[in-house]
Amino acid sequence: MSEAVADGVQGASASDTPSAAGFWTVGALAAVGWFAAAGVTVAWPDVYDLDYTPLLAWLQAGVGVILVAVFLSGRRSWRFGRRIHYAGPWILVLGLVFLAWQALTAKLGLLPRPFFCAPQKILAAFVDDWPRILECVYYSLRLLVAGVVTGAVLGFATGVAIGWSRLAHYWGHPLLRFIGPVPATAWLPIAIFVFPTSFTASMFLIALATGMPVAVLTWSGVASVNSVYYDVARTHGANDRFLVLKVAIPAAMPHVFVGLFMGLSFSFAVLVVAELLGVKAGLGWYLQWAQGWAAYGNMWAGLIVMAILCSTLITLLFRGRDRLLAWQKGLLRW
Amino acid sequence: MVALAAIEPEMSVQSDYGMALDIREVSHHFDLHGETLPVLDRISFRVRPGEFVAVLGPSGCGKSTLLRLVAGLDRPSSGTILADGEPVVGPDPSRIMVFQDPTLYPWRSVWKNVALGLETRGLLKTRKGRVDDVLRLVGLDGFTKAFPHQLSGGMAQRAALARALVNDPRMLVLDEPLGKLDSLTRIAMQGELLSLWRRSRFTALLVTHDIEEALLLATRVVVLSGRPARIRAELEIDRPYPRHRDDRALVEQRQKVLELLGLGSTW
Repeated sequence: MSEAVADGVQGASASDTPSAAGFWTVGALAAVGWFAAAGVTVAWPDVYDLDYTPLLAWLQAGVGVILVAVFLSGRRSWRFGRRIHYAGPWILVLGLVFLAWQALTAKLGLLPRPFFCAPQKILAAFVDDWPRILECVYYSLRLLVAGVVTGAVLGFATGVAIGWSRLAHYWGHPLLRFIGPVPATAWLPIAIFVFPTSFTASMFLIALATGMPVAVLTWSGVASVNSVYYDVARTHGANDRFLVLKVAIPAAMPHVFVGLFMGLSFSFAVLVVAELLGVKAGLGWYLQWAQGWAAYGNMWAGLIVMAILCSTLITLLFRGRDRLLAWQKGLLRW
Repeated sequence: MVALAAIEPEMSVQSDYGMALDIREVSHHFDLHGETLPVLDRISFRVRPGEFVAVLGPSGCGKSTLLRLVAGLDRPSSGTILADGEPVVGPDPSRIMVFQDPTLYPWRSVWKNVALGLETRGLLKTRKGRVDDVLRLVGLDGFTKAFPHQLSGGMAQRAALARALVNDPRMLVLDEPLGKLDSLTRIAMQGELLSLWRRSRFTALLVTHDIEEALLLATRVVVLSGRPARIRAELEIDRPYPRHRDDRALVEQRQKVLELLGLGSTW
């Protein structure tokens, strides 16, 4: 299945590499699709009251104009053009999805309201409610960064200690085994009781969720270092400090990044749960608030923002890894 | 002693630089699942400064263990090892061990790998040029920024040699460093190892199970028995360098070693 998709993409690009820029069929179809979506949006009357139908049509037509511009400009000669060209099949399908979505909701009213809202409703959420959304992004990000950084630093230090020192292993290993598998959210009632503010309680939960996988993976990374690496360092005159900082830790870094990836993913889940309880702003809170008002357009908008935020953070993590672990052969690209 | 005169010029220079080694009644055993596994049985021999001694023995006899003891990576169960008259109590960059695998750090560039010993001793700032010198010496000056996974087996092992040489070791403890190379690379590297030794005047202690390699390189060959290893024989190889594989005297020596290892009839 995925091979077939890859073939399709390659087929599309192969068809126009040799023969004088060729005819970009996918691009032409995509432009037609987006103009059609715009036309349907603006020309076909809505069955119920919607505010931003013309704006949506303009935006969809805008995508069509960009496609036409790329189509005419020799899309392989500049970076943006190449990216649009590569994304061609996706853009085409998205245009058709918008068209169908528009028809099924605003134009025909076939899907149950308000849960399946028209795309105009989501647009309305962004246009009318952006200050609140932005504020929620700020609060979520602040909490997430504080928790993840704390958890990652403590988890890393714990993992190195347990992997390196026998004493730390003796005391730390049972604790990690006993507490590690408990989902961080199970600590919620205790956290709320112990910590003075909901921010510190939430931060603790996020730090815990991030720190556990980081600690375990760091530990396994340090413990699995090829012992000859230590022999090499020792015969060249290294002391224990050098063995930890310059041999064990760099050798364990690929494991550490797996831990960070897992920890960051867990932290998103905990963030949403923590924000459902007792905070006054944040994306998790926004979702619940929007649902409470049956403002499903806003809820979908919140989800979209959350998806963008989480995938951006994961992408940043992978960028950092690519930079730090450039020495590794055959890195997986995110 | 007559034949030694042929290599007299190098030997006399070497003797004031290389390290003297005195292995006295060294025995060693491992504890495996509560059982005692003896590997070395009262090994005694001396290595003169600047000498190239090869240790031959059947595989698994404890040759590598002996080298780890000399390098100070492990302590012998009994007996003493003296380096220049001082007991060996731990590793020291004056006697560096080179392993069968190059074991370069994959996260470091070739240059940073070679600089390891200077870095551990805090000499990197003052002696940076040394790294470039030894890289040139082993022919890797074009690969300073490469990562280990980009090197061939021979190049990686040359980098490992450079990493040892940057410390100006007075003794190299070589644990089958050419053992995993293909035969052509191996022949080339034997020549390189020899010229490095003749030029840098260090003492060399080489473990190998390639008899020809031992006879081509070493001034003396120590033959060990199977586990637990005892000394079977010590042979002086009084032939001038560079040696040739088909040298009559070496062919005779080889036959002798094969007989000592119990393989005389197969050849």
